[in-house]
Amino acid sequence: MAEERVRVKALGTWGLHVRTPAYLRGKTGIVERRLGPYPNPEQLAYGLKAEALPVFRVRFTMAELWGAQAENPDDTLEAEIYAHWLEPADAA
Amino acid sequence: MPHDDPFEHTGMSPSGHPYRPDQDGPLTRFQAMEIAIRELLIEKGVTTEAEIAAAIAYMDTRSPAGGARVVARAWTDPEFRARLLADGSAAVLEMGFPIEALKLIVVENTPRLHNVVVCTLCSCYPRNLLGLPPDWYKQRAYRSRVVREPRRVLAEFGLTLPEGIQVRVHDSTADQRYIVLPMRPEGTEGWSEEDLAALVTRDCMIGVAVPRRPQ
Repeated sequence: MAEERVRVKALGTWGLHVRTPAYLRGKTGIVERRLGPYPNPEQLAYGLKAEALPVFRVRFTMAELWGAQAENPDDTLEAEIYAHWLEPADAA
Repeated sequence: MPHDDPFEHTGMSPSGHPYRPDQDGPLTRFQAMEIAIRELLIEKGVTTEAEIAAAIAYMDTRSPAGGARVVARAWTDPEFRARLLADGSAAVLEMGFPIEALKLIVVENTPRLHNVVVCTLCSCYPRNLLGLPPDWYKQRAYRSRVVREPRRVLAEFGLTLPEGIQVRVHDSTADQRYIVLPMRPEGTEGWSEEDLAALVTRDCMIGVAVPRRPQ
């Protein structure tokens, strides 16, 4: 199966409750597995009706996350990202 | 020294730690709210004191010994190991560990891959298998450094990994919880599950250590 490449949207969040760490925003990785659906924590946190969203475990290389500063470029990191924070990696 | 004598516990104790004042102040707002809501729930028959005591007793039973039993079983029962890696929550439920609100993913160390777990956003942790997280797991130093320089952090824990092993950091950012299934130490063939479980520490299941056979 072809790897599905995705990019974490580089959105600002102005102090709101989100579960997408800042260090992953704008970074590209591959989908390790698909999970969910789970309720959107950005709505749950404020007592709103929460939309059920797919969640993706995305694998990043340390080279992608930290560039030339990476401790070991081939080491990897995986995190769970809700669908609305992801876009296809070929998107402009 | 009895603590109801007029002696003022100020400055440093004989063991070299500062005395802390007794908690004689008024309840905080949240302490008062918790007591009020708990008493109301009991008064209205929603729950009982016995149920609350039982829930606290259950929480106190959770400890890394639970996770260690799961690891030892996976080392000795290949079919269980396969089920554990495929669906961690269902596999640990077989052993009587309730699935709490969040699902379990078990990540397996191999000769080529070492896993380590963090929650950079807060302190998410597989409490049903490991109990309460250690203080360092919740501190900013661990949370911010292990995603950036995991090898240096692991070395500070006493675990130096060779170049040929890939490090994979798992950031528990959402709805899953993670434990590491470490590699079974060499020279433990034929050991009982109980003896194997004794080698599996909390740190091994977070991924900042690996189990070692006693020399």
